[in-house]
Amino acid sequence: MSGPSLNGDTRIGVYVCHCGTNIAGPIDVEAVTEYAAGLPGVVVARAYKYMCSDPGQELITHDILEEGLDRVVVASCSPSLHEETFRRAVAKGGVNPYLFQMVNIREHGSWVHDDVEMATAKAKDLVRAGVARVRFHRPLEPRRVPVDGSAMVVGGGIAGIHAALTLANAGKHVYLVEREPTIGGHMAQFDKTFPTLDCAACILTPKMTQVRNHPNITLWTMAEVVEVDGFVGAYRVKVRHEPRFIIEDACVGCLECIDVCVFRNGKTPDEFNLGLSKRKPIYIPFPQAVPQVVVIDPEACIEFRAGCRKKTCVEVCADRNAIDFQQVATFDEVEVGTIVLATGFKTFDAGRIPYYGYGRYDNVYTALEVERLVNAAGPTTGEVVLRDGRTPQSVGIIHCVGSRDENTNTHCSRVCCMYSLKLAHLMKEKTGAEVYNFYIDMRTPGKGMEEFYNRVGSEGVHFIRGKVGDVYPEAGDTGRLVLQAEDTLLGRIRKIPVDMVVLATGIEPQSDAEDVRRLFNITCSAGGFFMERHPKLAPVSTFTDGVFLAGTCQGPRDIPDTVAQAGAAAAEALALIDAGSILLEPNTAFVSAEDCSGCKTCIGMCPYQAIAHIDGKAVINEVLCKGCGTCVAACPSGAIHQNLFDDDEIFEEILGVLIHA
Amino acid sequence: MPETTTDTSSNGFEPRIVAFFCNWCTYLAADLAGTSRMKYAPNARVIRVMCSGRVDPQFVLEALANGADGVLIGGCHPGDCHYQEGNYKALRRFKLLQRMVADLGVEEERLRLEWISAAEADRVRVVMDEMTDQLRRLGPFRHEEAVMAIAAQQPQEVPV
Repeated sequence: MSGPSLNGDTRIGVYVCHCGTNIAGPIDVEAVTEYAAGLPGVVVARAYKYMCSDPGQELITHDILEEGLDRVVVASCSPSLHEETFRRAVAKGGVNPYLFQMVNIREHGSWVHDDVEMATAKAKDLVRAGVARVRFHRPLEPRRVPVDGSAMVVGGGIAGIHAALTLANAGKHVYLVEREPTIGGHMAQFDKTFPTLDCAACILTPKMTQVRNHPNITLWTMAEVVEVDGFVGAYRVKVRHEPRFIIEDACVGCLECIDVCVFRNGKTPDEFNLGLSKRKPIYIPFPQAVPQVVVIDPEACIEFRAGCRKKTCVEVCADRNAIDFQQVATFDEVEVGTIVLATGFKTFDAGRIPYYGYGRYDNVYTALEVERLVNAAGPTTGEVVLRDGRTPQSVGIIHCVGSRDENTNTHCSRVCCMYSLKLAHLMKEKTGAEVYNFYIDMRTPGKGMEEFYNRVGSEGVHFIRGKVGDVYPEAGDTGRLVLQAEDTLLGRIRKIPVDMVVLATGIEPQSDAEDVRRLFNITCSAGGFFMERHPKLAPVSTFTDGVFLAGTCQGPRDIPDTVAQAGAAAAEALALIDAGSILLEPNTAFVSAEDCSGCKTCIGMCPYQAIAHIDGKAVINEVLCKGCGTCVAACPSGAIHQNLFDDDEIFEEILGVLIHA
Repeated sequence: MPETTTDTSSNGFEPRIVAFFCNWCTYLAADLAGTSRMKYAPNARVIRVMCSGRVDPQFVLEALANGADGVLIGGCHPGDCHYQEGNYKALRRFKLLQRMVADLGVEEERLRLEWISAAEADRVRVVMDEMTDQLRRLGPFRHEEAVMAIAAQQPQEVPV
């Protein structure tokens, strides 16, 4: 597999990008260009202000036609950003797009080094290596693989719901997988939404019903993805269905079984109301749950603990026969072309900050608990009643609990200031209590947000700029708690006794985000949220083709942003499906049969079972090969080659970065 | 010794490092270090491979034999490989290679394998600076000496 002979017949064009002053500041671009011009095989070397701009690309196309270039090197930013751009420009000139090499002198050069001399020397080395390498490139064709017409959405909160509906409305079949017994997610627990004070249920539940009724959506609740195989266009996903102990198609949602349950009152903390109320062993998470199907909790139901009981639920269900105590977990395996992850967030565990007294003082609540308290469908039918039965006369809301704090999470959770304002408004409206907001900074960007802040301020809610350092019971058994904080605007310590403390807990990645990340072969950012392909230009894509992100699994955001992002993720997935096929990087490996000794070393190296041993030789199935190159490195005979990363190309690159040509 | 563009004469010894970074974790971490404008030693030249499992031990030896003072391999954390287990293969080869080059008298600091995820830009900075510093202290790699060591190990013919 030797490259072209180096007798001067390669005609290489080298283009060095200024990127404004991004590269041209710390790197002497002219010197690099001049140096490149003297490298063997180089017939044109140019510097240009922005190579990725149209005129920059035209420079390449033009030179290919005028100067007869047959290979191109562009020294600019990371290949993850513009490799495709320049390949297109090369192809436009009529040269195979893989006879191109990108050299990264921005992310790996000008942006990380200050010393002009050293950075310029490094850029020269890298350009030299690019030129050395590109001489060995061979013309390649991208692999075209078909894209399955269906999609999977993982997570049935507002992000997953919106993404699934968008895809389904476009005529695509969607599998919506949710691990809870109902879809709806966190939004279903909220009372009102800021800043418009829409009732969350009123705007969410119609969408939930649409999901249930949509002919293109297969809704799987109490289901989790357990295995993901395959690749973009043809993912094979294995889903585990937890037993619900109810035959979903037989249950009509009459809820009679709940009434007749031998438990006269619920004894199990109700998950949906965060334990502020109790539920029975057979229950429906909330009245508008979708699907409208009850669920049996095997931990609580005495049938599972002792057996042979009255089974009043079975009796009342009668010939509908929807209850099945024998149900076990089942599995489904489906093929989908693309996947949208909308796995959401978890709220910060307020118990991690002991001095706020959550779990120690009855009247310290988390914001999500208060959402349930003020909700008409909540445990108190919307009346704000404290755990000791009183109605609060004064409320203190502590902002940034588990956000912007080096001891917990350094990020801002983005929604807490606004939902604190909303809760302040609702508490005042419902109880007339004095409400004190303890904040570090008020963050109210976005449409109508600052206006809402002003409105709540004019309603008489108090704002104290300071972080609460301690919460302790007031002397004299008043049942009140004292919030102590330094008011940084007044410059003195304030101690304000209140009946109720609300902790504005922040948004964190789901506790099993790491497992999900591994399952789908994607990456997490530093804070543990899923990482997007590019923070600006590919905010819903991941580095795994065909896997997209929607909602808070990617980072804290409010409902409007979540819905917008879910729409974007659905659009990306649609573009992929409607294209019908996708081009894959042709970086697969192949065996040169005459060099293969048939030792089978490579076979065990391949995680995809892409290598077979046929007639004494290794044969690589190009469709299964994902192009890691592990077998290439392992072959003792040097019989395996990898497109774009072949030995000769990499050896040339090594020599290129080290040795003056 | 081949001539290089890195000036080694005026301000003391500047080591040359060849780095092989996998496309999915460490290369992206280095990109992120750039986007975050972190500053680190300009001594390494990064060669992108799809997976650390692609790094043939010969690449490392080739680099050392042609003027590199150290070689750095960067891959995804164990369990995080984009190709499931390529990084384990890289680790296996690396361990063997370490033993082999140690026999040749090559200091262990000259070879380094690091797991750096796409989010760990700061780790790239730290590793680049640390390795550059260590190699500065260690001085240039004289590959001729390693070659002599190999020659010395050749079995001598015993005269009959």
